[in-house]
Amino acid sequence: MENKDRRAPVSQQPHVVAKPEHPEHIGGSVSIQINEKKVTVPMGTTILEACRENQIHIPTLCHHDDLCIAGVCRLCVVEVEGMRTLQAACAYPITDQIKIKTSTSMVRKARRHILDLMISEHYGECYSCVRNNNCELQSLAEEYGVDSYTFGHVQESQYKIDNSSFSVIRDMDKCVMCKRCVRTCIDLQEVGVLEAVNRGDDTTISTFMDKDLADVVCINCGQCINRCPVGALHANDPSDDIWNAIDDPNKHVVIQTAPSPRAAIGEEFGLEPGHSMTQELNTALKRIGFDRVFDTNFTADLTIIEEGTELIIRLYQALVEKKEVSLPQFTSCSPGWVKYLEHFYPEYIPNLSTAKSPQQMFGSLIKTFYADKAGVDPKDIVSVAVMPCSAKKFECNRPEMDDSGYQDVDFGLTTREMAKMIKEAGIHLPEMPKSHFDNPFGEASGAGLIFGATGGVMEAALRSVVEFVTGNKAEDIFDNANIVPVRGFEGIKYVELPIGDKVGPVPDLIKHLVPNWDWLKGATLKVAVAHGTANAKKIMEDIKAGGKFSECHFIEFMACPGGCLGGGGQPIPTNEEIRMKRAEAIYAEDESLEIRKSHENPHVIQVYNEFLKEGPCSHLSHKLLHTHYTKRGKYIA
Amino acid sequence: MNTEIKKTERQGAVLFTEYERGIAIKKAVSMNREDILYEIKMSKLKGRGGAGFPASTKWMLTAAAVSDKKYIVCNADEGEPGTFKDRVLLAEYPELVFDGMVIAGYVIGAKEGIVYLRGEYEYMLASLEDYLQAMRDENLLGKNIGGREGFDYDIEIRLGNGAYICGEETALIESLEGHRGEARNRPPFPVTTGFKGKPTVVNNVETLACVTKIVQNGGEWFRAHGTDKSTGSKLFSVSGDCKKPGVYELPWGTKISELLKIVGAENTKAVQVGGASGHCLSKDQFDRTLAYEDAGTGGSIMVFNESRDMLKVLKNFMEFFVEESCGQCTPCRIGNTKLLEGVEMIERNDFTFSYINKLKELGRTMQVASKCGLGQSSPNSFISILENFKDEILNKGNGGSNGK
Repeated sequence: MENKDRRAPVSQQPHVVAKPEHPEHIGGSVSIQINEKKVTVPMGTTILEACRENQIHIPTLCHHDDLCIAGVCRLCVVEVEGMRTLQAACAYPITDQIKIKTSTSMVRKARRHILDLMISEHYGECYSCVRNNNCELQSLAEEYGVDSYTFGHVQESQYKIDNSSFSVIRDMDKCVMCKRCVRTCIDLQEVGVLEAVNRGDDTTISTFMDKDLADVVCINCGQCINRCPVGALHANDPSDDIWNAIDDPNKHVVIQTAPSPRAAIGEEFGLEPGHSMTQELNTALKRIGFDRVFDTNFTADLTIIEEGTELIIRLYQALVEKKEVSLPQFTSCSPGWVKYLEHFYPEYIPNLSTAKSPQQMFGSLIKTFYADKAGVDPKDIVSVAVMPCSAKKFECNRPEMDDSGYQDVDFGLTTREMAKMIKEAGIHLPEMPKSHFDNPFGEASGAGLIFGATGGVMEAALRSVVEFVTGNKAEDIFDNANIVPVRGFEGIKYVELPIGDKVGPVPDLIKHLVPNWDWLKGATLKVAVAHGTANAKKIMEDIKAGGKFSECHFIEFMACPGGCLGGGGQPIPTNEEIRMKRAEAIYAEDESLEIRKSHENPHVIQVYNEFLKEGPCSHLSHKLLHTHYTKRGKYIA
Repeated sequence: MNTEIKKTERQGAVLFTEYERGIAIKKAVSMNREDILYEIKMSKLKGRGGAGFPASTKWMLTAAAVSDKKYIVCNADEGEPGTFKDRVLLAEYPELVFDGMVIAGYVIGAKEGIVYLRGEYEYMLASLEDYLQAMRDENLLGKNIGGREGFDYDIEIRLGNGAYICGEETALIESLEGHRGEARNRPPFPVTTGFKGKPTVVNNVETLACVTKIVQNGGEWFRAHGTDKSTGSKLFSVSGDCKKPGVYELPWGTKISELLKIVGAENTKAVQVGGASGHCLSKDQFDRTLAYEDAGTGGSIMVFNESRDMLKVLKNFMEFFVEESCGQCTPCRIGNTKLLEGVEMIERNDFTFSYINKLKELGRTMQVASKCGLGQSSPNSFISILENFKDEILNKGNGGSNGK
């Protein structure tokens, strides 16, 4: 079935027969037999789905709930009566009254053979692997009682480890050729950095012309890492350097924690997804030896002020001053998205908000405002950021990110690496007592917090913008200030917000920029939200073609499915259910907070009063809180 | 390979007979599609590429599929080692092949036919293009073909690039679409979801040639040749230790011993039926018949005489599969390597019987668990050569000094 929207070859696309709208109607369902048990399933259900629904476990490796079907590992093979060969359960849509057997001698033998073959080519030992105890191949080997290398075991490394990237390391010695990374990159994210090359046993996953990952169009989103069943892909881990800094008495080591890691790190300690560990993490980090623990949400609030102000300026210039302005304005907090745009749509760089991401805003504030306030020499500060993200590692190493006079953020740490450090320190996170963030930044607003979920930046911005412009409380417009239309995991969300005829006074903070709101009377604010670069691509193509998204004023883009909470640095495994639970945790925490709007964050107001005295988008804020971008193009050297 | 047989010397009952371009097309377009399908069903024609799927079923499913576009693909990616009969058909009997493609287009309701021509046959491309042009000039391609109002159809030739896997029909389609040659998951089958996602018939060159003859002479006539389950005749590409290698048309049901006599083979030790992916038969099996129900083949017959080392023969086949596996599924990608390593162990006389038996079991897993026909058939020679030539290979000399 042809699907023009997808870039993956058909061999890597789902051949799922469209399921009927009314499976209860005649012809909508089909009766099958699984291991003598009669069940009825909707037409087009795969054998794997049918078995899962009936609590029959089928081993899988290349299959991933987020990805299209490959049917290549062959571990999920089952017997279908009347067929000469075994069938891959993941790839077989049921349209007939078939009889399935999931655990015959032939099936068990085949699975064991396949596992033995994979293991024979899987180089390395489990105890020296980043995925030890969280490896699907390891689990399958245990499940099938593998106790020897039936077909030998590769004794020597065959590939050079590619650690050129700040974000993603490729160790092809461990690759089992499930092609999840390929499908993630080309189909889920539509970036297309990875593809199989060569034939037969020489087949390997490679970049264009086998270049280093740092030299291709990789956007560092790390979604491939999250879906790799083994240790072939992992993030570039700086924790040794961080330990060294902690151990160095002359260094003042500060760490900022983003909302998404807090909502997910419990999973690394055996908790069910959906438990926020914010305040437990504060305590753990202090015990590990970080001198200060700050809340990234503080600069998320700052981002809203800066980026929101930038939007107002752009709109004013376009509508009142009739200047040529790049609209819609695009968010810039997702470094994966930023690099995606730089590679694939460099002509739209002017649309990107110049506001830095919260991580980088914090970086420049820590080594200026905070250093001054705390009386620490910025050269002695080591600034760490725990992020749900592998691209943040790249972002903090971008050469322009040194506005404080030093590298603004020294290390980006993923949720997984953070958990590893905590475990290494002998701490079981869920048992930690709760404690608060350190001043001078303190606790942040719920608006900053929801940055972690897709639509969160938009909701945070809207909470402030509607209050700024209409003079009404966000609660008067949206129930409990929850802007539900921009929430949820739909790939692309589009919302129109009529401003109405009543406008309020211009708040003090931006009084010097616009005289009044009269020019917005009767206007309709058009916004959109996209998560996952495949969805971003759809919007960008629509904008290029002059479609409805080209008339938007503000668009939030997140590189990762689900937003930051589904980031490439988050705990493994991931799927939509897990991401949903993380989102629930984030929204629940937001609702529990007293301050839920960025402009009401007293610490933000304090920063503008004490430090950025000329207000948002002023000279100093441009120096420290804004940045510029690089046209990269698709054909980089 | 230069077969010394000239077209004028070719003899056969079905394909190597007189035929003039366009006869079957003109007859077809004067018939109902259903009647042509009926003739093909009557003929009991099975696919000549090797798998032997009933041609009429494939056509009926495609004809019945509802779609704005349908395609006919002629699989001329003749890559099975020891097979060269499609080359002879295309070079010497293009009228049979292309007429068959036009008839297929008429029956199925396709407007486009594509020949996926083996890359190594590029030398034929210019003459085949000329041939298609001549057909266009005679209104055997183009609009309102043969005067049949509304029947528009044309044929395009596309070149493969040397990958064996692209002879597998879904990998061929992937290749046609510009992707890496890898087999797709089945179901769905090309008959409903083929080239560009549209219903597609993929037929072997010889199958299409047979269609032309069936339309010309009728299904009953075709069925009179061959056996009950293997109707018609078959082109065999015979190579190896014989005096007269070449392409032979023989009725299905011919005994291997008869074929050996015809081609002048002496002191024959082994016959590989079906190419590298086929089975290797020893002397005691030479009274078996060439037929789908017995020793089936896409046409490749390799003859080995007593001077040949069967282990070397096997090694050659396994090296081929290690190289030609597309590499996507585990059993085929790694399995073939393991089988080759086993052959090398035997070669070094450094093996255990128990390990060789494990490899045979692995081979049986590959036969049932591989994603496509390549991996499902690549262990055939490993298993059949080791079983049929066990004494020569495993028990020679001291019985394998390490053979425990």
